[in-house]
Amino acid sequence: MKLLVVGTSHRLAPVEVRERVALDGDGEAALAQRLGESGEAVCLSTCNRTELYLAAADADAAGDRATAALADLGRIPRAELEPYLYRLEQEAAATHLFRVAAGLDSLVPGEGEIQGQVRSAYERGAVGPLLDRLFRQALHAGKRVRTETAIGESPASVASAAAALAAQVFGDLAGRRIVVIGAGKMGELAARNLVSRGAELTFVANRTLDRASSLAERFGGEALSLDELGSQLEAADIVVSSTAARDTVLTREQVEHALPARRGRPLLLVDLAVPRDVDPTAKELHGCFLYDIDDLQSVVEQTLTGRRGEAIRAETIVAGEGERFQQWLGSLDSVPAIASLRERAEAIRRGELAKASPRLAGLSEHERHAVDSLTNQIVNKLLHQPIMRLKEAGLGEEDERRAPQGRLEG
Amino acid sequence: MAELLVWPALIAYGEAAFAYAGNARRPGSLGRLATWGVRLGWLAQTALLVVQATNADGFPWSTWAGSLNLFVWLVVSAYLIWGCSPRYRLLGLGVMPLAAALLAISYAAGGTDNATGAAWGDVVLVLHVGLILVAFAGFTVAGGLAALELWQERELKSHPAELLRLHVPSLVALDRLTITTVAVSLGALTAGIVPGLARLPDRGLDVLVAGTVVLWALGASVLYLRVRAGRRELAAVLALGGVAAVIVLQLGLLFAHVA
Repeated sequence: MKLLVVGTSHRLAPVEVRERVALDGDGEAALAQRLGESGEAVCLSTCNRTELYLAAADADAAGDRATAALADLGRIPRAELEPYLYRLEQEAAATHLFRVAAGLDSLVPGEGEIQGQVRSAYERGAVGPLLDRLFRQALHAGKRVRTETAIGESPASVASAAAALAAQVFGDLAGRRIVVIGAGKMGELAARNLVSRGAELTFVANRTLDRASSLAERFGGEALSLDELGSQLEAADIVVSSTAARDTVLTREQVEHALPARRGRPLLLVDLAVPRDVDPTAKELHGCFLYDIDDLQSVVEQTLTGRRGEAIRAETIVAGEGERFQQWLGSLDSVPAIASLRERAEAIRRGELAKASPRLAGLSEHERHAVDSLTNQIVNKLLHQPIMRLKEAGLGEEDERRAPQGRLEG
Repeated sequence: MAELLVWPALIAYGEAAFAYAGNARRPGSLGRLATWGVRLGWLAQTALLVVQATNADGFPWSTWAGSLNLFVWLVVSAYLIWGCSPRYRLLGLGVMPLAAALLAISYAAGGTDNATGAAWGDVVLVLHVGLILVAFAGFTVAGGLAALELWQERELKSHPAELLRLHVPSLVALDRLTITTVAVSLGALTAGIVPGLARLPDRGLDVLVAGTVVLWALGASVLYLRVRAGRRELAAVLALGGVAAVIVLQLGLLFAHVA
């Protein structure tokens, strides 16, 4: 069996091509079942890639089928699609999947979602021994990269940077109260990120109450007019502001007035607006942490620099896992030899027992069992050394177990 | 026997201090090495204290050097309660060099020998010294936590990205922990002062007594400012001042013993 991957990703194809060959969960499963009829197949489709992992006796034919399947899926002539496709075989294909699972091939290095997407694709796939081993090892490689490096620990977007800073101030965000000023997309995105970490959106303040109500309803909060904002600052933990106002929406005086009633509880102000909504001098107040869009972007930039540094360490882990897979792949050739050796030995043992059966006729059931067990042990001891030699040549215990039962037992 | 246990404790604490410093520069496996250094050092020092207690005729830590030995053990014990969590490794950078240095001083001054001190039967003295030392250790750790909190507050305002990379406890968690530690220490100090009051008529008021009262007032002020007045930052500054008070008191104890 040969391993190969045929696919396209953000590195080769523009979104116009990627979106045409994208698959949902059911589509992944259906295509994997279809391609798996002549071997094994797993389809991995995310917003950045669609890849078909195949294990087949004839790699060329399997590759052609995969290319044709992608062309059909996107309704793109094959000749037009091929420049956007890559095709990798054996170790190269395995290492590629390990890099994908570790988030090293992602647009944002180390992004964590890909691990779940690889797992789902594996679970929906038509897997046999080869792809099963490949995907389990890929998930293991991804997990190692996440636990042994800091690649996925820092925020990679403005919204997640705001959430990470909130967590640094408050720790657990469960029950923390968010007030959103303005009903824009940016504010909503930041609020959504905070809510996903357990915080509660309590109020949305906006010039027009209609738009505030619409956003507040989606998060189970209440709408406020901007005039009522000051009174809510005392109870709020996090304020996210993103209006299109030309003037300051939240003044230093308003913040200063709210602080004594907070009794030392920190107040986090996230100002995503340009021009800024919150008076920048509010940053000087004790217990008040104010971040504007530049502060958050700077967090993201430093994070990405850090992630690229960690990616070098992650590549070493992936390379090691690739090497381990390569050894396993190489050892597969020895499996038939060892299975055949066992089969032959077992046949001889059974033949000799059959020949001796007239002489053993007087034995009780218990004694027959003892003779059977004894001969089995002798055969095993005789085979031990040659099998060990074969194993030293690269065969692992796991491969023995994977060999068809019939061949092992004769 | 005691000699055999001092060195492993000293080496382990020293290793932890260096590993914490290395971990601050590049977080990773050095942090785990540091944690194991603290654990093994603490175990060795615990064994040392047990040997001292078994071999001595009386309470072996009533001398200045002996009390310093016990003080170091209490500080490391308090740190160990949560200090093995990776997020508190930066606190270890402050605590472990201090622990290693003070244990070395205690050793040099004979605090790890099988000294004979006050009789075990002198329950009042044992309680007094024990509880005061628990309070000193608590105020020291609270000071470290307060320093970390104040530093984090400054970093959150000026270099938030670098702070996120360090994985330190949240500001609110540090605030809560500082206040809890101060409250426990103040309780121990109060309980330690009460047996000491019985000796006050014989001893009279001196600098050490005054210093202990100042430390008590400092702890009470921290709690008042944080819990009643809501002045988090000022409370943290005062908690940091508690470390200075403990240092002054330790020096006062040294001079008292030398005199």
